[in-house]
Amino acid sequence: MVSRAHVLVCGGTGCVASKSTEIMAQFEKHFVTNGIEKEVKVVKTGCFGLCEKGPIVVIYPEGATYSRVTSGDVKEIVEEHLVKGRIVKRLLLGDTDTADVARSLDNVGFFSRQLRIALRNCGIINPELIDEYIARDGYKALGKVLTEMTPTDVINEIKKSGLRGRGGGGFPTGMKWEFAAKQTADQKYVCCNADEGDPGAFMDRSVLEGDPHAVIEAMIIAGYAIGATEGFVYVRAEYPIAVQRLTLAMDQAKEYGLLGKNIFGSGFDFSLEIRLGAGAFVCGEETALMTSIEGHRGEPRPRPPFPAVKGLWQKPTILNNVETYANIPVIINNGADWFASIGTEKSKGTKVFAIGGKINNTGLVEIPMGTPLREVIYDIGGGIPNGKKFKAVQTGGPSGGCIPMEHIDIPIEYDSLISIGSMMGSGGMIVMDEDNCMVDIAKFFLEFTVDESCGKCPPCRIGTKRMHEILDRITKGKGEMADLQKLEDLANSIKQSALCGLGQTAPNPVLSTLKYFRHEYEAHVIDKNCPAGVCKSLMQYQIIEDKCKGCSLCAKKCPTGAITGELRKPYVIDQEKCIKCGVCMDVCKFAAVTNR
Amino acid sequence: MTELVNFTIDGKAVSVPRGTTILEAARQIGVNIPTLCFLKDINEIGACRMCVVDVGARSLQASCVYPVSEGLKVITNSPKVRDSRRTTLELILSNHENKCFTCNRSDNCELQKLANDHNIKEIRYEGAMFSLPVDDSSLSIVRDPKKCVLCRRCVSMCKNVQTVSAIETNGRGFETIVTSPFNISLCNTPCVNCGQCITVCPVGALREKDESEKVWDALARPDLHVVVQTAPAVRVAIGEEFGLPIGTRCTGKMVAALKAMGFANVYDTDTAADLTIMEEGTELVNRIKNGGKLPLITSCSPGWIKFCEHNYPEFLENLSTCKSPQNMFGALLKSYYAKKIGVAPEKVFVVSVMPCTAKKFEAQRPELSVDGLPDIDVVITTRELADMIREAGLDFVNLEDAQYDDPMGIGTGAGVIFGATGGVMEAALRSAAFLLTGQDDDSMEIGVVRGVDDIKEAEVTVAGVTLKAAIVHGLGNARILMDKIKAGEADYHFIEIMACPGGCVNGGGQPIVPASVRNVMDIRVERAKAIYDEDAALHIRKAHRNPVVETLYKEFFGTPASAVSHKYLHTHYTARESYPIVEE
Repeated sequence: MVSRAHVLVCGGTGCVASKSTEIMAQFEKHFVTNGIEKEVKVVKTGCFGLCEKGPIVVIYPEGATYSRVTSGDVKEIVEEHLVKGRIVKRLLLGDTDTADVARSLDNVGFFSRQLRIALRNCGIINPELIDEYIARDGYKALGKVLTEMTPTDVINEIKKSGLRGRGGGGFPTGMKWEFAAKQTADQKYVCCNADEGDPGAFMDRSVLEGDPHAVIEAMIIAGYAIGATEGFVYVRAEYPIAVQRLTLAMDQAKEYGLLGKNIFGSGFDFSLEIRLGAGAFVCGEETALMTSIEGHRGEPRPRPPFPAVKGLWQKPTILNNVETYANIPVIINNGADWFASIGTEKSKGTKVFAIGGKINNTGLVEIPMGTPLREVIYDIGGGIPNGKKFKAVQTGGPSGGCIPMEHIDIPIEYDSLISIGSMMGSGGMIVMDEDNCMVDIAKFFLEFTVDESCGKCPPCRIGTKRMHEILDRITKGKGEMADLQKLEDLANSIKQSALCGLGQTAPNPVLSTLKYFRHEYEAHVIDKNCPAGVCKSLMQYQIIEDKCKGCSLCAKKCPTGAITGELRKPYVIDQEKCIKCGVCMDVCKFAAVTNR
Repeated sequence: MTELVNFTIDGKAVSVPRGTTILEAARQIGVNIPTLCFLKDINEIGACRMCVVDVGARSLQASCVYPVSEGLKVITNSPKVRDSRRTTLELILSNHENKCFTCNRSDNCELQKLANDHNIKEIRYEGAMFSLPVDDSSLSIVRDPKKCVLCRRCVSMCKNVQTVSAIETNGRGFETIVTSPFNISLCNTPCVNCGQCITVCPVGALREKDESEKVWDALARPDLHVVVQTAPAVRVAIGEEFGLPIGTRCTGKMVAALKAMGFANVYDTDTAADLTIMEEGTELVNRIKNGGKLPLITSCSPGWIKFCEHNYPEFLENLSTCKSPQNMFGALLKSYYAKKIGVAPEKVFVVSVMPCTAKKFEAQRPELSVDGLPDIDVVITTRELADMIREAGLDFVNLEDAQYDDPMGIGTGAGVIFGATGGVMEAALRSAAFLLTGQDDDSMEIGVVRGVDDIKEAEVTVAGVTLKAAIVHGLGNARILMDKIKAGEADYHFIEIMACPGGCVNGGGQPIVPASVRNVMDIRVERAKAIYDEDAALHIRKAHRNPVVETLYKEFFGTPASAVSHKYLHTHYTARESYPIVEE
């Protein structure tokens, strides 16, 4: 039955957290109240990407995009928009570019500059219905592969497309498949890395939640290409919605004969299993992931032998990440040449980024490779909030580096990012403004790797801890100039000696900040000053005599009784008692408290 | 023919079979790459990063696990490589309790040697240290996490070789630690006390529970008659503690040292081993004749016994009821012998010197006592004895050989070979004809049961009876064999199981051989060779021909398996839960 209107409600983790499930129920309820339940329908979709403005509701055929919808808004939307045909303007997504009111997604700067390949179905289809995926060319690529192509054809097509791994390393996907295909073994495996661990990155989760069949289809294609009949999706247990939708999608695919024995009557069998990870960052490293699937403590093992030769249970195995797989069906359908026409010479296609931090449009964006960083931050991301100045952007998560203003025009591609000391990583992008202390940022990322180190090799286990200790000293005003040298020496040594990629890249945030923001380190060490006013130990709260009216408010609010004075005379802060909580500064109506 | 791979190490052309690691190839051309976590065939995990080399990759590679490939250019000694190794070493040292003066491994610590070899003069990166308190809950083994360098040799040994898994890596990052599951006390785990973890530890993080002070105290008490027995494997290893080559027989010097230390009498556990053959052999004959539980499995190895109690409780009836030679001897010394020399049994203090840490646990089993007196008072390992000899100021290497004392001091070659895997079986087979028929058969050659193959099988026909026997050493191998038997895939009459790989010569109480030696030499083979030389040098080589044994049966036990022998020489076993719920 055809409906006259479709109400797409985002069912991604972000919007579910802001009660989109309840909104869907409200819609259903008000449809009935208004007697239109047979004419219109609610579609639970995957993530739209604009999580910060969620919950998102899009109503077709108009394409009106409502943002930050609450349950209380539903009645009005139904009565006005769906019954009377009048768009509820107050809820429409405002374009941050022009402050204009946009009617559809395509008119919003956030979306108009994107090219959505991996995210093609996210926010469009109901991920829980296989028919919707099929309606959008789903499993067409698989049909083509199994009926018209040889495994070598498939590998050649992927090689020709120039697709590189989207999980971090950027290894050419076709070559990886070719290595595994060349191995002779009684069993081979296809694995999917859905152990997305970079803080702030959630593109893999969004794909699994919004378009799980794309991953399943791609994994079957990969299995056919390398000669594997079994696959594993390793997904972190913290992604319950993704796991649930993937499980459902697998069941539906099995029911349709798209997964299991004799797919499309081609004689090719492929089975898939899900393995839940317990949330260790290191399990995103390929060998650690496989060790974990095998049931052991998730720790990396040295390579060679590479997984393509000896992977899961010592059998030839390929591992690709979710986003990489999401590209595969489109490449098969549209052809390698089409895909290779997007992006730059060495980085083809698009990349999904999770933009966060000091940026107006927090969310998920997919852009063609080669897009200048500036465009992502200012045109798509909407720039820095509150008129603050951009300071740096961290790409590649805890393994990446901080990119300063001087490199903001760099085109985003694998090699250019590495050349300036950062990396693509899985696509985390954290924006920092003038209020961020870069020493503190380096310490923050290092704290993450110290926590997430598996503990197998000493450079990572002890080395990152020692680096963290040095950074901690510096942020507490106890650093010496020799510490900067020590830090750099240790960082360079760990890069060389650590066992796995996690350890080898752990020093990157420190090295890149030392390179581009050395003056901030020196200010901490020499002047005992944190220029951004972040490092508490280096701050001193003081009352400016001239400005203080002696109102006593700060003294009343001070939790440690550090502020004393006489009414209507300037108050004084006892530095011994001050715990630098900042309450005095917050409550002062006369801006009489300073912390520099 | 093996395919050869051509590549260079430090510019030198090398050609080795495919699959060879850089470390091994380098060793073959005389380039020694330092290692810490690497232990050949046991721990090949590339974790410690001490053996890194430059192969022109993005980062340095662990040579211990890196297979060579055609055209590879390896650099083992460059500023980059040396700096990296030194920094890694400094990091390890910064999280290691550097109390070398009071460390039991200060003279043979692999970490100390690496620090010396790498010219470490200062530790640049000092900081917080992570560790847990010492676990001395076990009767045999002490774990000191403050010294642990997380090389995981012990974990691999316990988990992969012995399949005991009493210790594992817990926690992560800087808080990673090797400990028992949920960090419970070692005594509450299925640890079998074999001490193989100790023998592979490069530092002082694992050691035996030192009981030498108890021995000194006993020796100082005038009211006690302190005697000592020495197990066969001790004599072929103790020389290593005094700089003698692996496999040097030091029986006479060892006996001389013990006498000099003040023991009233020095006896040979071999005597009791001969007694074991009589009892166990008779048990086997009886089980075969009377349709008893088969296969009969040896009970000399206390590590194996506890392993069986935890993992194969359904086979406890298959275990020989014979006490181990150590405890047989203890029981004898506090009964027959005490009476003979006119000393009250409670005044006879029995010390045993064992190649084994599990013997410490065994000695404290409540069932191994007679009339309320424990068979054994103190067990010290070969290492503890060496410490005591040094403490006593004895010049071991130059001691004049001395003889074991009468009247219990005669052992045979059969008893000596108990020290190596296959030895109990061989000794039993030497006496099999006699035990079956009362007649000797000298035509039998039984060498087939020797050697360090994982699982050995033998089929011997004695006096018309065909005996199917199996010999395993190392608990991982024991598990394989037991699982086969459980699945009904094997039918043997008699099985010899020793917990330690190679048998007692490689016991957990033996001198510690650094990885640098273990990686190029099979110490089990060297020490076993000395055992068989010792056997060959003795003119009595069959247990039933031991005159002491003959006298004992005549004067005390009557016959093997008699009521008297059951009182003193036999025991029973108890099923054990692997992780009982206990309050800690």
